[in-house]
Amino acid sequence: MTYEIIASGFGGQGILFTCKMLAEIGLLDGKEVSWLPSYGPAMRGGTCSCSVRVSEKLIDSPLVTSPNLLIVMNLPSYEKFVPAVKAGGKVFADSSLINSGVKPADGVDCFMLPATKLALDNDLKSMANIIMLGKVFKETGFASMETVEKALKEITAKKPHLFDLNMKALDLGINYSA
Amino acid sequence: MDINMSERVLMKGNEALAEAAIRAGCRCYFGYPITPQTEIAAYMARRLPKINGVFLQAESEIGAINMVYGCAGSGARCMTSSSSPGISLKAEGISYLAGADLPCVIVNIQRGGPGLGTIQPSQADYWQATRAIGHGDLRIPVFAPATVQEMVDLTTKAFEVAEKYRTPVMILADGFLGQMMEPMSFSGEDKSGKREEPFAWGAFGHGNKRKKNIVNSLYLKPEALEAQIEERFKRYKQIKEKESTAVCGEQAETAEIIVVAYGCTARTAQAAVHKAQDEGLKVELFRPVTLWPFPEKQLKDACKNAKTVLVTEMSKGQMVDDVKLALECKIPVEFFGRTGGIVPEPDEILQKIKEMVVN
Repeated sequence: MTYEIIASGFGGQGILFTCKMLAEIGLLDGKEVSWLPSYGPAMRGGTCSCSVRVSEKLIDSPLVTSPNLLIVMNLPSYEKFVPAVKAGGKVFADSSLINSGVKPADGVDCFMLPATKLALDNDLKSMANIIMLGKVFKETGFASMETVEKALKEITAKKPHLFDLNMKALDLGINYSA
Repeated sequence: MDINMSERVLMKGNEALAEAAIRAGCRCYFGYPITPQTEIAAYMARRLPKINGVFLQAESEIGAINMVYGCAGSGARCMTSSSSPGISLKAEGISYLAGADLPCVIVNIQRGGPGLGTIQPSQADYWQATRAIGHGDLRIPVFAPATVQEMVDLTTKAFEVAEKYRTPVMILADGFLGQMMEPMSFSGEDKSGKREEPFAWGAFGHGNKRKKNIVNSLYLKPEALEAQIEERFKRYKQIKEKESTAVCGEQAETAEIIVVAYGCTARTAQAAVHKAQDEGLKVELFRPVTLWPFPEKQLKDACKNAKTVLVTEMSKGQMVDDVKLALECKIPVEFFGRTGGIVPEPDEILQKIKEMVVN
Protein backbone atom coordinates (compact mmCIF):
# COMPACT_ATOMS: atom_id res chain seq x y z
CA MET A 1 0.00 0.00 0.00
CA THR A 2 1.01 3.63 -0.37
CA TYR A 3 1.46 5.51 2.87
CA GLU A 4 0.56 9.15 2.58
CA ILE A 5 1.80 10.64 5.80
CA ILE A 6 1.62 14.03 7.43
CA ALA A 7 3.37 14.70 10.73
CA SER A 8 2.85 18.03 12.39
CA GLY A 9 3.58 19.70 15.69
CA PHE A 10 5.66 22.41 17.31
CA GLY A 11 9.13 23.19 16.00
CA GLY A 12 11.54 21.37 18.31
CA GLN A 13 9.38 18.26 18.79
CA GLY A 14 11.33 16.39 16.16
CA ILE A 15 8.65 16.36 13.46
CA LEU A 16 11.15 16.48 10.60
CA PHE A 17 13.23 13.75 12.21
CA THR A 18 10.14 11.58 12.73
CA CYS A 19 9.42 11.90 9.04
CA LYS A 20 13.02 11.26 8.08
CA MET A 21 12.91 8.08 10.07
CA LEU A 22 9.74 6.93 8.30
CA ALA A 23 11.36 7.69 4.94
CA GLU A 24 14.59 5.90 5.86
CA ILE A 25 12.65 2.83 6.97
CA GLY A 26 10.72 2.83 3.70
CA LEU A 27 13.95 3.12 1.75
CA LEU A 28 15.49 0.22 3.70
CA ASP A 29 12.43 -1.84 2.80
CA GLY A 30 13.17 -1.19 -0.87
CA LYS A 31 10.26 1.20 -1.32
CA GLU A 32 10.07 4.52 -3.11
CA VAL A 33 9.92 7.43 -0.69
CA SER A 34 9.67 11.21 -0.62
CA TRP A 35 10.09 13.67 2.25
CA LEU A 36 8.77 17.18 1.85
CA PRO A 37 8.93 19.68 4.71
CA SER A 38 6.79 22.74 5.00
CA TYR A 39 9.39 25.45 5.14
CA GLY A 40 8.88 29.01 6.11
CA PRO A 41 9.97 31.64 8.58
CA ALA A 42 9.63 29.04 11.35
CA MET A 43 10.91 29.28 14.88
CA ARG A 44 11.03 27.14 17.98
CA GLY A 45 7.49 26.95 19.24
CA GLY A 46 5.93 27.64 15.84
CA THR A 47 4.08 24.92 13.95
CA CYS A 48 6.09 22.67 11.68
CA SER A 49 4.83 19.95 9.37
CA CYS A 50 6.23 17.47 6.92
CA SER A 51 4.85 15.09 4.28
CA VAL A 52 6.17 11.64 3.53
CA ARG A 53 5.12 9.17 0.88
CA VAL A 54 6.15 5.54 0.98
CA SER A 55 5.09 3.46 -1.97
CA GLU A 56 5.86 0.36 -4.01
CA LYS A 57 5.59 2.50 -7.12
CA LEU A 58 7.50 5.55 -8.32
CA ILE A 59 6.17 8.61 -6.56
CA ASP A 60 4.51 11.16 -8.79
CA SER A 61 3.65 14.04 -6.48
CA PRO A 62 5.38 14.24 -3.10
CA LEU A 63 2.58 16.50 -1.85
CA VAL A 64 0.20 14.99 0.69
CA THR A 65 -3.14 16.72 1.02
CA SER A 66 -5.29 13.89 2.42
CA PRO A 67 -3.12 11.60 4.51
CA ASN A 68 -3.93 8.01 5.43
CA LEU A 69 -1.51 8.27 8.34
CA LEU A 70 -1.44 11.40 10.46
CA ILE A 71 0.83 12.07 13.43
CA VAL A 72 -0.07 15.23 15.33
CA MET A 73 1.68 16.63 18.34
CA ASN A 74 -0.07 19.92 18.99
CA LEU A 75 -3.61 21.26 18.99
CA PRO A 76 -3.43 23.52 15.91
CA SER A 77 -2.01 20.63 13.87
CA TYR A 78 -4.70 18.28 15.11
CA GLU A 79 -7.50 20.66 14.22
CA LYS A 80 -5.99 21.51 10.86
CA PHE A 81 -5.21 18.02 9.59
CA VAL A 82 -7.70 15.62 11.23
CA PRO A 83 -10.56 16.64 8.91
CA ALA A 84 -8.30 15.92 5.89
CA VAL A 85 -7.60 12.28 6.81
CA LYS A 86 -8.85 9.73 4.27
CA ALA A 87 -11.50 7.19 5.23
CA GLY A 88 -9.70 4.10 6.50
CA GLY A 89 -6.82 6.27 7.66
CA LYS A 90 -5.25 6.40 11.10
CA VAL A 91 -4.60 9.36 13.39
CA PHE A 92 -1.98 9.32 16.14
CA ALA A 93 -2.26 12.25 18.50
CA ASP A 94 -0.34 13.29 21.60
CA SER A 95 -3.07 13.51 24.24
CA SER A 96 -0.74 15.34 26.65
CA LEU A 97 -1.00 18.39 24.41
CA ILE A 98 -4.26 17.90 22.55
CA ASN A 99 -7.75 18.21 23.94
CA SER A 100 -10.11 19.02 21.13
CA GLY A 101 -13.76 18.82 20.30
CA VAL A 102 -12.87 18.01 16.72
CA LYS A 103 -13.52 14.33 16.06
CA PRO A 104 -12.15 12.31 13.18
CA ALA A 105 -14.63 11.23 10.51
CA ASP A 106 -16.33 7.82 10.64
CA GLY A 107 -13.96 5.17 9.41
CA VAL A 108 -10.89 6.97 10.70
CA ASP A 109 -9.16 5.32 13.66
CA CYS A 110 -7.77 7.70 16.23
CA PHE A 111 -5.09 6.66 18.71
CA MET A 112 -4.49 9.08 21.55
CA LEU A 113 -1.46 8.59 23.74
CA PRO A 114 0.19 10.95 26.21
CA ALA A 115 3.58 10.80 24.51
CA THR A 116 4.97 14.01 25.99
CA LYS A 117 4.00 12.94 29.51
CA LEU A 118 5.43 9.44 28.99
CA ALA A 119 8.65 11.00 27.76
CA LEU A 120 8.96 13.25 30.81
CA ASP A 121 8.05 10.45 33.25
CA ASN A 122 10.70 8.18 31.76
CA ASP A 123 13.53 10.67 31.50
CA LEU A 124 13.24 10.74 27.73
CA LYS A 125 12.70 14.44 27.30
CA SER A 126 12.37 15.44 23.63
CA MET A 127 11.65 11.85 22.58
CA ALA A 128 7.87 12.06 22.58
CA ASN A 129 8.03 11.82 18.80
CA ILE A 130 9.72 8.42 19.00
CA ILE A 131 7.14 7.22 21.51
CA MET A 132 4.49 8.25 18.98
CA LEU A 133 6.32 6.24 16.32
CA GLY A 134 6.30 3.16 18.57
CA LYS A 135 2.51 3.36 18.65
CA VAL A 136 2.40 3.91 14.87
CA PHE A 137 4.49 0.79 14.26
CA LYS A 138 2.31 -1.22 16.61
CA GLU A 139 -0.99 -0.19 15.04
CA THR A 140 0.01 -0.22 11.36
CA GLY A 141 1.93 -2.68 9.27
CA PHE A 142 4.35 0.07 8.36
CA ALA A 143 7.50 -1.98 8.85
CA SER A 144 8.91 -4.93 10.79
CA MET A 145 10.68 -4.09 14.04
CA GLU A 146 13.78 -5.59 12.49
CA THR A 147 13.78 -2.94 9.76
CA VAL A 148 12.97 -0.23 12.31
CA GLU A 149 15.96 -1.25 14.41
CA LYS A 150 18.22 -1.36 11.37
CA ALA A 151 17.12 2.11 10.26
CA LEU A 152 17.61 3.48 13.76
CA LYS A 153 21.11 2.00 13.90
CA GLU A 154 22.01 3.78 10.67
CA ILE A 155 20.50 7.06 11.75
CA THR A 156 22.24 7.01 15.13
CA ALA A 157 25.51 5.61 13.74
CA LYS A 158 27.44 8.71 14.77
CA LYS A 159 25.81 8.91 18.23
CA PRO A 160 25.40 5.26 19.29
CA HIS A 161 24.26 6.13 22.82
CA LEU A 162 21.09 7.50 21.26
CA PHE A 163 20.20 4.09 19.86
CA ASP A 164 19.27 2.62 23.23
CA LEU A 165 17.32 5.70 24.26
CA ASN A 166 15.36 5.61 21.01
CA MET A 167 14.63 1.92 21.44
CA LYS A 168 13.41 2.59 24.96
CA ALA A 169 11.12 5.32 23.62
CA LEU A 170 9.81 3.07 20.85
CA ASP A 171 9.02 0.36 23.41
CA LEU A 172 7.07 2.84 25.54
CA GLY A 173 4.88 3.62 22.55
CA ILE A 174 4.50 -0.01 21.56
CA ASN A 175 3.55 -1.14 25.06
CA TYR A 176 1.29 1.79 25.96
CA SER A 177 -2.32 0.97 26.66
CA ALA A 178 -4.89 3.50 27.78
CA MET B 1 31.03 12.70 3.18
CA ASP B 2 31.04 8.95 2.70
CA ILE B 3 28.45 8.02 0.18
CA ASN B 4 28.65 4.70 -1.52
CA MET B 5 28.44 5.67 -5.19
CA SER B 6 25.79 3.21 -6.19
CA GLU B 7 23.79 3.09 -2.97
CA ARG B 8 20.50 4.97 -2.91
CA VAL B 9 20.46 7.40 -0.02
CA LEU B 10 18.10 10.11 1.11
CA MET B 11 19.37 13.59 0.50
CA LYS B 12 17.85 17.05 0.25
CA GLY B 13 17.72 18.41 -3.30
CA ASN B 14 19.95 21.37 -2.46
CA GLU B 15 22.59 19.21 -0.79
CA ALA B 16 22.50 16.55 -3.49
CA LEU B 17 23.04 19.26 -6.10
CA ALA B 18 26.00 20.66 -4.17
CA GLU B 19 27.59 17.23 -3.78
CA ALA B 20 27.03 16.54 -7.48
CA ALA B 21 28.84 19.78 -8.37
CA ILE B 22 31.79 18.78 -6.20
CA ARG B 23 31.90 15.36 -7.81
CA ALA B 24 31.82 17.05 -11.22
CA GLY B 25 35.10 18.70 -10.23
CA CYS B 26 33.83 22.08 -9.07
CA ARG B 27 36.25 23.33 -6.41
CA CYS B 28 35.22 26.98 -6.31
CA TYR B 29 31.88 28.24 -5.06
CA PHE B 30 30.87 31.85 -4.52
CA GLY B 31 27.50 32.72 -3.08
CA TYR B 32 25.33 34.63 -0.71
CA PRO B 33 22.60 33.17 1.53
CA ILE B 34 18.96 33.35 0.51
CA THR B 35 16.04 31.04 1.26
CA PRO B 36 15.27 28.47 -0.15
CA GLN B 37 18.74 27.71 -1.53
CA THR B 38 20.96 28.34 1.48
CA GLU B 39 21.65 24.61 2.01
CA ILE B 40 23.75 24.70 -1.18
CA ALA B 41 26.05 27.35 0.26
CA ALA B 42 26.08 25.69 3.69
CA TYR B 43 27.01 22.35 2.16
CA MET B 44 29.77 23.94 0.10
CA ALA B 45 31.08 25.72 3.20
CA ARG B 46 31.38 22.37 4.98
CA ARG B 47 32.80 20.35 2.10
CA LEU B 48 35.02 22.55 -0.05
CA PRO B 49 37.66 23.50 2.54
CA LYS B 50 38.22 19.78 3.19
CA ILE B 51 39.14 19.13 -0.44
CA ASN B 52 41.33 22.19 -0.91
CA GLY B 53 38.53 24.02 -2.62
CA VAL B 54 37.34 27.58 -2.20
CA PHE B 55 34.09 28.50 -0.53
CA LEU B 56 33.54 32.21 -0.37
CA GLN B 57 30.51 33.98 1.00
CA ALA B 58 30.56 37.22 -0.92
CA GLU B 59 29.30 40.57 0.32
CA SER B 60 26.32 40.27 -2.02
CA GLU B 61 25.01 38.34 -5.01
CA ILE B 62 26.67 40.92 -7.26
CA GLY B 63 29.99 40.25 -5.56
CA ALA B 64 29.49 36.49 -5.91
CA ILE B 65 28.76 36.50 -9.64
CA ASN B 66 31.75 38.75 -10.31
CA MET B 67 33.95 36.34 -8.35
CA VAL B 68 32.61 33.62 -10.63
CA TYR B 69 33.56 35.87 -13.57
CA GLY B 70 37.10 36.20 -12.29
CA CYS B 71 37.42 32.55 -11.34
CA ALA B 72 36.01 31.26 -14.64
CA GLY B 73 38.21 33.79 -16.46
CA SER B 74 41.26 32.19 -14.91
CA GLY B 75 40.19 28.86 -16.37
CA ALA B 76 38.80 27.17 -13.26
CA ARG B 77 35.53 25.27 -12.89
CA CYS B 78 33.18 27.24 -10.65
CA MET B 79 29.61 27.95 -9.74
CA THR B 80 27.20 30.14 -7.82
CA SER B 81 23.67 29.65 -6.61
CA SER B 82 20.86 31.85 -5.43
CA SER B 83 17.11 32.27 -5.47
CA SER B 84 15.01 34.57 -7.62
CA PRO B 85 15.75 38.08 -6.25
CA GLY B 86 19.41 37.12 -5.99
CA ILE B 87 19.48 35.99 -9.61
CA SER B 88 18.16 39.39 -10.67
CA LEU B 89 21.15 40.92 -8.90
CA LYS B 90 23.47 38.60 -10.81
CA ALA B 91 22.04 39.58 -14.20
CA GLU B 92 24.80 41.99 -15.18
CA GLY B 93 27.52 39.50 -14.25
CA ILE B 94 25.86 36.69 -16.19
CA SER B 95 25.79 38.89 -19.28
CA TYR B 96 29.54 39.58 -18.86
CA LEU B 97 30.22 35.85 -18.46
CA ALA B 98 28.27 35.13 -21.64
CA GLY B 99 30.04 38.02 -23.41
CA ALA B 100 33.43 36.62 -22.45
CA ASP B 101 32.40 33.04 -23.36
CA LEU B 102 33.08 31.70 -19.89
CA PRO B 103 31.71 28.40 -18.62
CA CYS B 104 30.10 28.28 -15.19
CA VAL B 105 27.01 26.90 -13.53
CA ILE B 106 24.40 29.19 -12.00
CA VAL B 107 21.68 27.64 -9.88
CA ASN B 108 18.33 29.31 -9.31
CA ILE B 109 16.20 27.67 -6.62
CA GLN B 110 13.19 29.78 -7.48
CA ARG B 111 10.87 31.46 -5.00
CA GLY B 112 7.84 33.62 -5.61
CA GLY B 113 8.23 37.12 -6.98
CA PRO B 114 8.29 39.85 -8.15
CA GLY B 115 10.26 41.80 -5.59
CA LEU B 116 10.95 39.95 -2.39
CA GLY B 117 7.75 38.00 -3.08
CA THR B 118 7.77 34.93 -0.88
CA ILE B 119 10.19 32.22 0.12
CA GLN B 120 7.78 29.53 -1.09
CA PRO B 121 8.45 27.69 -4.39
CA SER B 122 7.70 29.24 -7.75
CA GLN B 123 8.46 28.94 -11.45
CA ALA B 124 8.01 32.58 -12.27
CA ASP B 125 11.60 33.09 -13.46
CA TYR B 126 11.08 31.13 -16.70
CA TRP B 127 11.05 34.24 -18.83
CA GLN B 128 14.11 35.60 -17.05
CA ALA B 129 16.03 32.34 -17.52
CA THR B 130 15.07 31.67 -21.13
CA ARG B 131 14.64 35.19 -22.50
CA ALA B 132 16.29 37.90 -20.49
CA ILE B 133 18.96 36.64 -18.15
CA GLY B 134 21.08 39.69 -18.98
CA HIS B 135 21.50 42.43 -21.54
CA GLY B 136 22.72 41.79 -25.05
CA ASP B 137 22.41 39.10 -27.72
CA LEU B 138 22.72 36.04 -25.57
CA ARG B 139 21.17 32.76 -24.55
CA ILE B 140 22.15 30.34 -21.85
CA PRO B 141 21.21 26.67 -21.63
CA VAL B 142 18.65 26.08 -18.87
CA PHE B 143 18.11 22.69 -17.22
CA ALA B 144 14.98 21.99 -15.20
CA PRO B 145 15.24 19.02 -12.81
CA ALA B 146 12.05 17.37 -11.54
CA THR B 147 13.49 14.94 -8.99
CA VAL B 148 16.34 14.97 -6.50
CA GLN B 149 18.09 12.43 -8.73
CA GLU B 150 17.86 14.92 -11.58
CA MET B 151 19.25 17.67 -9.33
CA VAL B 152 22.33 15.43 -9.33
CA ASP B 153 22.36 14.23 -12.93
CA LEU B 154 21.61 17.60 -14.50
CA THR B 155 24.27 19.32 -12.42
CA THR B 156 26.86 16.95 -13.86
CA LYS B 157 25.41 17.61 -17.31
CA ALA B 158 25.40 21.38 -16.75
CA PHE B 159 29.16 21.49 -16.19
CA GLU B 160 29.73 19.37 -19.30
CA VAL B 161 27.57 21.60 -21.47
CA ALA B 162 29.08 24.78 -20.00
CA GLU B 163 32.59 23.64 -20.84
CA LYS B 164 31.80 22.09 -24.20
CA TYR B 165 30.19 25.28 -25.54
CA ARG B 166 31.96 27.79 -23.28
CA THR B 167 28.80 29.30 -21.87
CA PRO B 168 27.18 29.92 -18.49
CA VAL B 169 24.52 27.27 -17.83
CA MET B 170 21.59 27.59 -15.48
CA ILE B 171 19.89 24.97 -13.33
CA LEU B 172 16.36 26.24 -12.81
CA ALA B 173 14.76 24.43 -9.89
CA ASP B 174 12.51 25.67 -7.09
CA GLY B 175 12.15 25.68 -3.32
CA PHE B 176 10.14 22.49 -3.38
CA LEU B 177 12.92 20.50 -5.11
CA GLY B 178 15.62 22.19 -3.07
CA GLN B 179 14.00 21.34 0.26
CA MET B 180 12.66 17.86 -0.37
CA MET B 181 14.46 14.58 0.20
CA GLU B 182 14.26 11.63 -2.16
CA PRO B 183 16.46 8.60 -2.66
CA MET B 184 19.26 9.28 -5.10
CA SER B 185 22.67 7.95 -5.98
CA PHE B 186 25.79 9.32 -7.60
CA SER B 187 27.21 7.68 -10.66
CA GLY B 188 30.01 8.43 -13.07
CA GLU B 189 33.47 9.72 -12.33
CA ASP B 190 34.08 11.26 -8.91
CA LYS B 191 36.38 14.21 -9.52
CA SER B 192 35.93 15.73 -6.07
CA GLY B 193 38.98 17.67 -4.98
CA LYS B 194 40.98 16.57 -7.99
CA ARG B 195 43.48 19.20 -9.01
CA GLU B 196 43.15 19.86 -12.71
CA GLU B 197 45.01 22.12 -15.12
CA PRO B 198 43.10 25.32 -15.86
CA PHE B 199 41.30 25.47 -19.20
CA ALA B 200 43.84 26.33 -21.92
CA TRP B 201 42.08 29.60 -22.84
CA GLY B 202 42.10 30.86 -19.22
CA ALA B 203 43.90 34.01 -18.09
CA PHE B 204 46.34 32.39 -15.68
CA GLY B 205 50.06 32.91 -15.10
CA HIS B 206 52.42 31.36 -17.62
CA GLY B 207 55.73 33.26 -17.26
CA ASN B 208 55.54 34.66 -20.81
CA LYS B 209 55.89 31.17 -22.22
CA ARG B 210 52.92 31.55 -24.53
CA LYS B 211 50.81 34.18 -26.20
CA LYS B 212 48.59 36.10 -23.80
CA ASN B 213 45.06 34.79 -23.34
CA ILE B 214 42.61 37.67 -23.22
CA VAL B 215 39.28 37.21 -21.48
CA ASN B 216 37.05 40.16 -22.20
CA SER B 217 33.56 41.16 -23.23
CA LEU B 218 34.41 44.60 -24.63
CA TYR B 219 34.74 45.02 -28.40
CA LEU B 220 34.93 48.63 -29.47
CA LYS B 221 34.89 47.84 -33.18
CA PRO B 222 31.34 46.96 -34.17
CA GLU B 223 32.54 44.48 -36.80
CA ALA B 224 34.62 42.65 -34.25
CA LEU B 225 31.70 42.43 -31.83
CA GLU B 226 29.38 41.30 -34.57
CA ALA B 227 31.83 38.58 -35.64
CA GLN B 228 32.11 37.39 -32.04
CA ILE B 229 28.35 37.27 -31.64
CA GLU B 230 27.95 35.43 -34.94
CA GLU B 231 30.47 32.85 -33.78
CA ARG B 232 28.63 32.51 -30.48
CA PHE B 233 25.30 32.03 -32.20
CA LYS B 234 26.81 29.19 -34.23
CA ARG B 235 27.45 27.51 -30.90
CA TYR B 236 23.89 28.31 -29.83
CA LYS B 237 22.70 26.60 -33.00
CA GLN B 238 24.67 23.49 -32.08
CA ILE B 239 23.25 23.59 -28.58
CA LYS B 240 19.74 23.77 -30.04
CA GLU B 241 20.44 20.83 -32.31
CA LYS B 242 22.14 18.60 -29.80
CA GLU B 243 21.14 19.44 -26.26
CA SER B 244 17.37 19.86 -26.17
CA THR B 245 15.90 17.19 -23.93
CA ALA B 246 12.43 16.13 -22.82
CA VAL B 247 10.63 13.19 -21.25
CA CYS B 248 7.32 12.02 -22.67
CA GLY B 249 4.90 9.38 -21.38
CA GLU B 250 4.19 6.24 -23.39
CA GLN B 251 0.59 7.05 -24.23
CA ALA B 252 1.30 10.23 -26.21
CA GLU B 253 0.51 8.49 -29.48
CA THR B 254 -3.15 8.01 -28.55
CA ALA B 255 -3.56 11.00 -26.24
CA GLU B 256 -6.11 13.68 -27.03
CA ILE B 257 -4.72 16.03 -24.42
CA ILE B 258 -1.00 16.54 -23.83
CA VAL B 259 -0.14 18.15 -20.50
CA VAL B 260 3.12 20.12 -20.59
CA ALA B 261 4.87 20.81 -17.29
CA TYR B 262 8.42 21.02 -16.01
CA GLY B 263 10.18 20.81 -12.66
CA CYS B 264 8.10 20.22 -9.56
CA THR B 265 4.83 21.02 -11.36
CA ALA B 266 5.60 18.07 -13.62
CA ARG B 267 5.38 15.91 -10.50
CA THR B 268 1.91 17.06 -9.50
CA ALA B 269 0.86 17.06 -13.16
CA GLN B 270 2.09 13.46 -13.45
CA ALA B 271 -0.15 12.50 -10.53
CA ALA B 272 -3.09 14.22 -12.24
CA VAL B 273 -2.35 12.52 -15.57
CA HIS B 274 -2.15 9.08 -13.94
CA LYS B 275 -5.49 9.67 -12.21
CA ALA B 276 -7.02 10.81 -15.49
CA GLN B 277 -5.66 7.75 -17.29
CA ASP B 278 -7.09 5.52 -14.56
CA GLU B 279 -10.45 7.09 -15.33
CA GLY B 280 -10.03 6.20 -19.00
CA LEU B 281 -9.16 9.66 -20.27
CA LYS B 282 -6.71 9.93 -23.14
CA VAL B 283 -4.13 12.17 -21.57
CA GLU B 284 -0.34 12.12 -21.42
CA LEU B 285 2.43 14.20 -19.86
CA PHE B 286 5.25 15.89 -21.74
CA ARG B 287 8.06 17.27 -19.59
CA PRO B 288 10.75 19.59 -20.98
CA VAL B 289 14.07 18.95 -19.25
CA THR B 290 15.86 21.76 -21.10
CA LEU B 291 13.90 25.01 -21.18
CA TRP B 292 16.40 26.63 -23.50
CA PRO B 293 16.79 25.06 -25.89
CA PHE B 294 13.08 24.28 -25.69
CA PRO B 295 12.45 20.72 -26.94
CA GLU B 296 10.38 21.90 -29.89
CA LYS B 297 10.72 18.87 -32.11
CA GLN B 298 10.00 16.44 -29.29
CA LEU B 299 6.87 18.37 -28.32
CA LYS B 300 5.67 18.48 -31.91
CA ASP B 301 6.10 14.72 -32.15
CA ALA B 302 4.33 14.16 -28.86
CA CYS B 303 1.37 16.27 -30.00
CA LYS B 304 0.96 14.56 -33.39
CA ASN B 305 -2.52 13.29 -32.51
CA ALA B 306 -3.42 15.68 -29.73
CA LYS B 307 -6.52 17.85 -29.92
CA THR B 308 -5.50 20.25 -27.20
CA VAL B 309 -2.54 21.00 -25.01
CA LEU B 310 -2.58 22.03 -21.35
CA VAL B 311 0.38 23.91 -19.93
CA THR B 312 0.62 23.95 -16.17
CA GLU B 313 3.14 25.95 -14.16
CA MET B 314 3.74 27.75 -10.88
CA SER B 315 3.47 31.08 -12.67
CA LYS B 316 0.96 33.00 -14.74
CA GLY B 317 1.86 30.97 -17.81
CA GLN B 318 5.39 31.83 -18.82
CA MET B 319 6.08 28.62 -20.78
CA VAL B 320 2.93 28.99 -22.87
CA ASP B 321 4.69 31.08 -25.53
CA ASP B 322 7.34 28.43 -26.09
CA VAL B 323 4.70 25.71 -26.38
CA LYS B 324 2.74 27.75 -28.92
CA LEU B 325 5.88 28.51 -30.91
CA ALA B 326 6.89 24.85 -30.93
CA LEU B 327 3.42 23.84 -32.14
CA GLU B 328 3.26 26.78 -34.56
CA CYS B 329 -0.10 27.60 -32.99
CA LYS B 330 -1.69 24.67 -34.82
CA ILE B 331 -3.17 23.13 -31.68
CA PRO B 332 -5.13 25.13 -29.07
CA VAL B 333 -3.10 25.64 -25.90
CA GLU B 334 -4.78 26.12 -22.54
CA PHE B 335 -3.20 27.04 -19.24
CA PHE B 336 -3.67 26.26 -15.59
CA GLY B 337 -1.31 27.58 -12.95
CA ARG B 338 -0.93 28.77 -9.42
CA THR B 339 1.38 31.53 -8.38
CA GLY B 340 2.55 33.35 -5.27
CA GLY B 341 4.31 30.28 -3.87
CA ILE B 342 1.46 27.78 -4.29
CA VAL B 343 2.03 24.43 -5.95
CA PRO B 344 -0.81 23.35 -8.29
CA GLU B 345 -2.31 20.25 -6.69
CA PRO B 346 -3.01 17.09 -8.68
CA ASP B 347 -6.77 17.39 -8.15
CA GLU B 348 -6.83 20.95 -9.46
CA ILE B 349 -4.98 19.92 -12.61
CA LEU B 350 -7.24 16.89 -12.99
CA GLN B 351 -10.30 19.12 -12.78
CA LYS B 352 -8.91 21.35 -15.52
CA ILE B 353 -8.22 18.28 -17.69
CA LYS B 354 -11.82 17.16 -17.19
CA GLU B 355 -13.16 20.58 -18.14
CA MET B 356 -11.13 20.38 -21.33
CA VAL B 357 -12.57 16.93 -22.11
CA VAL B 358 -16.13 18.23 -21.71
CA ASN B 359 -15.54 21.24 -23.92
